Amino acid sequence: MIRFQGITKTYQMGKRELEVLRGINLEIKQGEMVAIMGPSGSGKTTLLNITGCLDIPTGGSYYLDGKEVSHLRPGELARVRSEKIGFIFQTFNLLPHMSALANVVLGMRYVPGADHQRDRALAALGKVGLAERASHRPTELSGGEQQRVAIARAIAKDPPLVLADEPTGNLDSRSGGELMEVLTALHHDRGITLVMITHDASVAHHCQRIVHLMDGQVVAEETV
Amino acid sequence: MRKWFEPFATAWVGIATHKLRSFLTILGVVIGVAAVITLMSVGKGAEQSILANIRSLGADILFVRPGATQQAGVRTAIGSATSLTLEDAQAIAQEVPDIVLVAPSSSSSVQAIAGVNNMRTQVVGVTPEYEEVYNIIMESGSFVTNYDNQNSARIAVIGSNVKDMLFPDTDPLGQTIRAGNYIIRVAGVLQSSGTSITGTTDDSILIPLNTLQLLAGQQRTSRGEHIVRTIGIKVTDPKYSTTVKDAITSLLRYRHQLLADGSEDDFTVTSIEQIMSTISSAINQLTLLLGAIAAISLLVGGIGVMNIMLVSVMERKREIGIRKALGAREGDIWGQFLIEAALLTFTGGIIGVAFGWLASYFIQKSGLMPSLVTADVVVLAVSVAIGIGLFFGFYPAWRASRLNPIEALRAE
Repeated sequence: MIRFQGITKTYQMGKRELEVLRGINLEIKQGEMVAIMGPSGSGKTTLLNITGCLDIPTGGSYYLDGKEVSHLRPGELARVRSEKIGFIFQTFNLLPHMSALANVVLGMRYVPGADHQRDRALAALGKVGLAERASHRPTELSGGEQQRVAIARAIAKDPPLVLADEPTGNLDSRSGGELMEVLTALHHDRGITLVMITHDASVAHHCQRIVHLMDGQVVAEETV
Repeated sequence: MRKWFEPFATAWVGIATHKLRSFLTILGVVIGVAAVITLMSVGKGAEQSILANIRSLGADILFVRPGATQQAGVRTAIGSATSLTLEDAQAIAQEVPDIVLVAPSSSSSVQAIAGVNNMRTQVVGVTPEYEEVYNIIMESGSFVTNYDNQNSARIAVIGSNVKDMLFPDTDPLGQTIRAGNYIIRVAGVLQSSGTSITGTTDDSILIPLNTLQLLAGQQRTSRGEHIVRTIGIKVTDPKYSTTVKDAITSLLRYRHQLLADGSEDDFTVTSIEQIMSTISSAINQLTLLLGAIAAISLLVGGIGVMNIMLVSVMERKREIGIRKALGAREGDIWGQFLIEAALLTFTGGIIGVAFGWLASYFIQKSGLMPSLVTADVVVLAVSVAIGIGLFFGFYPAWRASRLNPIEALRAE
């Protein structure tokens, strides 16, 4: 599903160059659930952005679904994002003036040829247990519920890959636990490939594999 | 169906979410469009009312007036030459076909006195034909008759202002006016006509043409013909205006001995239609000028739209980031903000039209000025409003589309 070969990423900070990723080699198989851990500044988020086609690497190759995507133009990257990738953010990132249902529908808005969007959005909300709260706005929902709406938004279009950046980071431990159960269930039911960044070891242990990053390199991998 | 509708729905949600800001954004456009509509409607209304006024005289009327004189290279105003005569008028009546009436007239300025009241005014010498050619409506009494004219009767028909000035409290019929050394009896009073293309009769004293010749001294040309100022002519049908005009021109050139040496006409023949088209184009230009001035406020409104759209893009960075993460391409974001800008200014245009229409209605209602809102002005104003949205929304939308999704997602 995902294959990184010598991925590097360098940011230009004025005159200084900041090397965030220094040669990442990693493979993630279809249907795997992987956690990425590491201290702040280790390059987790940059790696996730590249994985999600929000950013392109400075060097190396990235194969997504067997296709090299590291040198695509912005429009082509957007197309890959719309068709293959669902995002879950730490801060939920729902649009506040829209209902939960509208937010989930928005997840399919930019997918070419996506039909029955409303029905599919309702089904996705059902999957995360929020069918009755479809008409509520994000401000009327608890943090855990908001993140479940975000999950519904990510999975409604049936993407092969879902990326989560500290999905439980803004939740208390109980909501976080419930959320992980939802994610794990989705992973089991749909065979979605799931890659998440987390600081929380208990969250990481829901996954099948944990990748440890340090200073832009993979330093350890453990299978749970 | 759903596909093309979606961007509009998205844009509308964007507008409706930020009601106050949206309102402030379009305020300039609302005012601009309202100003254009109001000013253009006043211009159109003025044109319509002036044209209606002229048309009431009838499209079947021609006027012959003396030409301008040229003395020592200085050209004087049209009508100042003394080349047109009563005999010309009689010749026209006899020799030019398709003419119903010929009304020669002349005028002179006098001090008119009645009892303790007096005024300086114009005495117009007329024949009975004057009544119909100039669309005169009587208030009371009777108009000048042929008998009056043949006998140089000392009678007068007075305009409404003359009546108010000289006979403020009494019925003027049968009373006398002193004009110079002559005593004239009032035989009729005219209805107020207001000012029309032929001037106003409200301030005039109409007397028989022959009487004027006596009163003002014999006004004659070197050949002994009686000088007149204007000859009004009513043709049988407006469609003959041109042929009659040509016939009059050649007849007068012959009578004025202008044929041989090919010199300029010493008279002019004008039709009402000619006057109407001249005035109409003059007013149109004025209306356009008014509209252009109002359009400047539209332009300022457009710059306001750009300002607030730019702020809006910065404020909604995060939304843009989310949409990009969900797969929106640059074109999607660009389209969304552009449609939002156009929809905003379109709404502003509609509201502006409503306000402009209302203003125009009240201007009409107040009797201050006539006004008329025409469809072409409305369509123009709304299209310009949409155009302004597209033009001034272009850059902010482009800025939005080029935002880096990662940075945009990080924005507060």
